[in-house]
Amino acid sequence: MIPSSPRQQVHGVANMIMGFADPFDALLDLQRSLEANLSSDWLQDLTTSRGPFPPINVFQQGDDILAIIELPGVSRSDLQIEAKENAIRIFGKKAVDYPEEASLHRRERVSGEFDRTLSLPVQIEPDGIKAEYRDGILALFLPRAERDKPRSIKIT
Amino acid sequence: MASKKELQVAQKRELEKREETTLPARIFVPNADIYETKDGLNVVLEMPGVDKNSVDVRVEDDVLKVDGKLDFSKYQGLQPLYTEYNVGHFSRSFRLSGKIDQSKIAAELKDGVLSLRLPLAEQAKPRAIQVN
Repeated sequence: MIPSSPRQQVHGVANMIMGFADPFDALLDLQRSLEANLSSDWLQDLTTSRGPFPPINVFQQGDDILAIIELPGVSRSDLQIEAKENAIRIFGKKAVDYPEEASLHRRERVSGEFDRTLSLPVQIEPDGIKAEYRDGILALFLPRAERDKPRSIKIT
Repeated sequence: MASKKELQVAQKRELEKREETTLPARIFVPNADIYETKDGLNVVLEMPGVDKNSVDVRVEDDVLKVDGKLDFSKYQGLQPLYTEYNVGHFSRSFRLSGKIDQSKIAAELKDGVLSLRLPLAEQAKPRAIQVN
């Protein structure tokens, strides 16, 4: 039995509306987690790289890489970042709270845990990474490792 | 196998406008939660990247309109390599069914989430009637 998703664990009225398990949901979950394994680097200690939350945009800034990630409603203390030389992992949880005794009219925001790894085609300098989180946007500045940069060869 | 459901990305919906805009940018509909407590209506909107000086909230003719402008200057000089989401301004409006006390609307912006508290007007609050 697959437990209900974290987003269904809200208090009060919302729980009453959303709190039952759907067999099709369970089947979809299975398919999704199988597909997630396909698109992640297989048998490595990495989490899914494509598709799931949060969405990532990657930009090039000169030699370096800038990843901009939308995380509205995630507080700084719930967000964690781990870096390796060619991968960066972003994980944490997004909470959506309603007060007790609130009647819900519309519910579009999702909540729950997320964990994803961005694999990079170049080597980065893990010590030089700068992360900035403001207004629900995480900007990761990933400097390309000096040893990975192309070198010009002088012809003698 | 993962035992919990993965968070899925809600694709951004583009705003369907009656008029065309003169702004050279796309406008998206922010995800919203609406709930009512005994004090009034609460509207929570997700507008990542919008800072508190670029938010415009107004109530006119029982229509609540929220606009959030994005600062595109941060994206200048960047060359996209891989993209998963679109970037644009945010706009959404709701027709209010209850009477709102406009002078007491409170707004708070935190981590890209705008929370609006719209207190019910005094005459619209439910009142218990004493039966003698």
